[in-house]
Amino acid sequence: MTRIGIVAEMGQETRVAATPATVRQLLELGYDVVVEKGAGESASFRDDAYTAAGAVIGGATEAWGSDVVLKVNPPTGDEIDRLAEGATLIGMLSPGLRPDLVEALAARPITALALDAVPRISRAQSMDVLSSMANIAGYRAVIEAAHEFGRFFTGQVTAAGKVPPAKVLVAGAGVAGLSAIGAASSLGAIVRATDPRPEVADQVKSIGGTYLPVEVGEEMTSSDGYARATSEAYNARAAEIYTEQAREVDIIITTALIPGRPAPRLLTAADVAGMRPGSVVVDMAAGQGGNVEGSVAGERVVTDNGVVILGYTDLPARLPAQASQLYGTNLLNLLRLLTKDKDGQLRIDVDDVVQRSVTVVRNGEKTWPPPPVQVSAAPAARAEGPTAATTAAKPGLSAAAKAGLLAAGIAVLFLVNAVAAAPLPQHFTVLMLSVVVGFYVIGKVHHALHTPLMSVTNAISGIIVIGALLQVTSEDPLVQVLAAAAVLLASINIFGGFAVTRRMLGMFTRGDRSRP
Amino acid sequence: MSNTVAGPFTAESVAGAAYIVAALLFILSLAGLSRHEKARAGVLYGIAGMALALAATIWLTLEGVLGTARGSTGLVLLAAAVLIGGGIGLWRARVVEMTGMPELIALLHSFVGLAAVLVGWNGHLQAPALAGDLMAVHHAEVFIGVFIGAVTFTGSIVAFLKLSARMKSAPLMLPGKNAINLGALAAFVALTVWYVNDSRLELLIAVTVLAFGLGWHLVASIGGGDMPVVVSMLNSYSGWAAAAAGFLLNNDLLIITGALVGSSGAYLSYIMCRAMNRSFISVIAGGFGIAPPSTTDVEQGEYREITARQTAELLLDASSVVITPGYGMAVAQAQYPVAELAHQLRARGVNVRFGIHPVAGRLPGHMNVLLAEARVPYDIVLEMDEINDDFDGTSVVLVIGANDTVNPAAAEDPGSPIAGMPVLRVWEADNVVVFKRSMAAGYAGVQNPLFFRDNTSMLFGDAKQRVEDILRSLPEDSLPSPLADSAAPGQH
Repeated sequence: MTRIGIVAEMGQETRVAATPATVRQLLELGYDVVVEKGAGESASFRDDAYTAAGAVIGGATEAWGSDVVLKVNPPTGDEIDRLAEGATLIGMLSPGLRPDLVEALAARPITALALDAVPRISRAQSMDVLSSMANIAGYRAVIEAAHEFGRFFTGQVTAAGKVPPAKVLVAGAGVAGLSAIGAASSLGAIVRATDPRPEVADQVKSIGGTYLPVEVGEEMTSSDGYARATSEAYNARAAEIYTEQAREVDIIITTALIPGRPAPRLLTAADVAGMRPGSVVVDMAAGQGGNVEGSVAGERVVTDNGVVILGYTDLPARLPAQASQLYGTNLLNLLRLLTKDKDGQLRIDVDDVVQRSVTVVRNGEKTWPPPPVQVSAAPAARAEGPTAATTAAKPGLSAAAKAGLLAAGIAVLFLVNAVAAAPLPQHFTVLMLSVVVGFYVIGKVHHALHTPLMSVTNAISGIIVIGALLQVTSEDPLVQVLAAAAVLLASINIFGGFAVTRRMLGMFTRGDRSRP
Repeated sequence: MSNTVAGPFTAESVAGAAYIVAALLFILSLAGLSRHEKARAGVLYGIAGMALALAATIWLTLEGVLGTARGSTGLVLLAAAVLIGGGIGLWRARVVEMTGMPELIALLHSFVGLAAVLVGWNGHLQAPALAGDLMAVHHAEVFIGVFIGAVTFTGSIVAFLKLSARMKSAPLMLPGKNAINLGALAAFVALTVWYVNDSRLELLIAVTVLAFGLGWHLVASIGGGDMPVVVSMLNSYSGWAAAAAGFLLNNDLLIITGALVGSSGAYLSYIMCRAMNRSFISVIAGGFGIAPPSTTDVEQGEYREITARQTAELLLDASSVVITPGYGMAVAQAQYPVAELAHQLRARGVNVRFGIHPVAGRLPGHMNVLLAEARVPYDIVLEMDEINDDFDGTSVVLVIGANDTVNPAAAEDPGSPIAGMPVLRVWEADNVVVFKRSMAAGYAGVQNPLFFRDNTSMLFGDAKQRVEDILRSLPEDSLPSPLADSAAPGQH
């Protein structure tokens, strides 16, 4: 039986790689689970909760000695040495930023999977740990800012005077940015957002923000779903926008990150100096060099003019229970993919792009970087152009053909009546008027009553009975029998149709009278 | 006939007056269906009109021949036929399941069709002595009446068989089926011309057989999902058959009633076709969905499963819920548990509404009847246009047995076979729970991207079972007392 070890994180980390809920589901996949003593303590998951879920509580040696080790942060050198031969380590390894770590892992006969290397394709969204952590971080950034900010977020009119709402600028409308926009607007602030990708404008609007476009006639659609570096002209105009906004807003939250590169500089020291005292800047990219000049990774800095710059890099870990739950679920979804048969046997299928992408080291062999994966979403949107043109021709007849048919129909009607003998034109008059009356009357019938309409028209089309009735006293016995048969059939319609309509209509009731 | 005028109060003049009043009552009857409140009065108008027309006709028929041998035979036959027919009709109307309404209605159409055929045949057998031109008109009327009636008859029988699953609902694909249909029409025209010149019984038999065959083929080559259009089209045909009989018998009431029913069916067909964004011709000619859809290779991603218990939790946290039922709800007979769920949630202060797509089910308005049967109040059952703008802001949408009518591809993918069909925009809600037996595609054979959306969860299994599971998962103790219930409205 394959054993999964949930190890305690080192240092300040508060998160844990599995919660009692995900442990229960790991057991369903056929694994045994060992949780290191106290591993979930800082995330408010007690050892007895894990035991209740079916895990075994063990020491560090036991957890690290498991066949599969689940972790949150990248392992230290000592930790790598504690892994058993042939073991599989799964965690956030940032393989792109830490080539040294990849080498260290490849030096051991182990397999290492980086959960943060999941490709951005829709099939893999349920394992996208970067998105789930960014979501938490964006929310927490707003909470941290609110904690520092000496005022309400929402505007109020009180007996003690009017309070204006706080103005928040969110730079970058990715997952973290959108989460921050949502949280800030929920608190009642006026929220603005910038992003080099104009297609996010609708997303910003949908959660209560206002999108500030950077108009330089250049647009970016990325093929891998992440933002890329921008051009000179664009940057110049964007810098102006940030300078203008810095003077106006109370809170700035920056989330701009470009994979594999230092974070772009969005706010200069001069911009920050232009902000009002008491304003708050949260630089969520501080760990990657910072979007804001003067931010320090992991620190709270107060500038000379009284602006607080928060460079916290552990924002997700500040919501440990939530972060652990989402992280644990992402991990669980990856393990589901790797354990197709639910038999407790972990198998990596390198032909699957998701499994290939996360594999950093396979049995002591370095497999990083994986071949690039194209996201299906962006190119597919481009392909829509020509198909739209070809399908537009589909809906039936052209206006000219319709007019032609109508004219032909009218001509036929005219000719028939022009040559027809005496009773026919009168009949056509009656028919025409009835059709017109019919269309207007039926057009007003309530949609919900279409079935009763059909059954009532069924009943009244039984009026054909009068044709049969007129024939039933014929001298020809054959005619009499046929007429009687027609009367019988039409009677079924008349009686059945009216009865079933009454039955149906009896069922339709108004809400206020329907129940005691 | 009604044209002869002889003094006040002859049977003819009384019957003529009765027919005019009856025609007016029928119009009032249909007009009454415009609102729920007036609908029952509308049916009473219809019954009154029918009773009046019948009484007048029976008097007209029997007056003068009463006492003679053929008069007595006629009376006996008439009484027996009305009693038996009426008995059968009332019995069927009482026992029919509401889920079986489409079959019943299709069957009733076939009766009108067959009756029209019989009346037409009698028109041939009992040809009046008429001069030249009028005789030709009479012959043409017999022929047309028989033709429409026969097409209606077999077409409705096939529709009935398909709806009641006694026949495969997949479209019949004969080679050159359009040629068959057009050939039959051409043959009909040729036979008519021949018959007008030489009214032989064999020709009448030939056209009857031809029309039977055409009706059968026409409906057999239309798939089960297009049945709402077919049933309303047959409704229309049954009306035209009655109108044709009116021409034959010089009877204005038949013409008026036939035209009303005919235009009613045509209008419903039009609504259904518009709701599917398809031309009437393409439905009638069958053949939809044969061309393989072009964009199915696009990666759809993964779907998420949800349990009944999780769904119950989702519903309890919701402020507003919209339920969009489809044919699957009728198949699973899930309307009662669904109504109970709606009631329970409403009692907890959740704003529950139903969104009905025009082509949901197998009959126009089918879902409304099923929900009414389960005592869902009609004022929370809304049509597509009324509810579509409210999905944005709805907490949870339950999609029960619907597929193509909630497919975002119709709105977003111009390459989709159902592109342009108006659909319920359920995906704009915060959460969508789709009740489905498996991941199979819908009737149109189109994969549904809704299932792979981030805010969509799949609840697999029999719809009725799953809804009952959800009901069991709702905590019972928190049901507010009637007192609390009456105080609550207005706060939500």
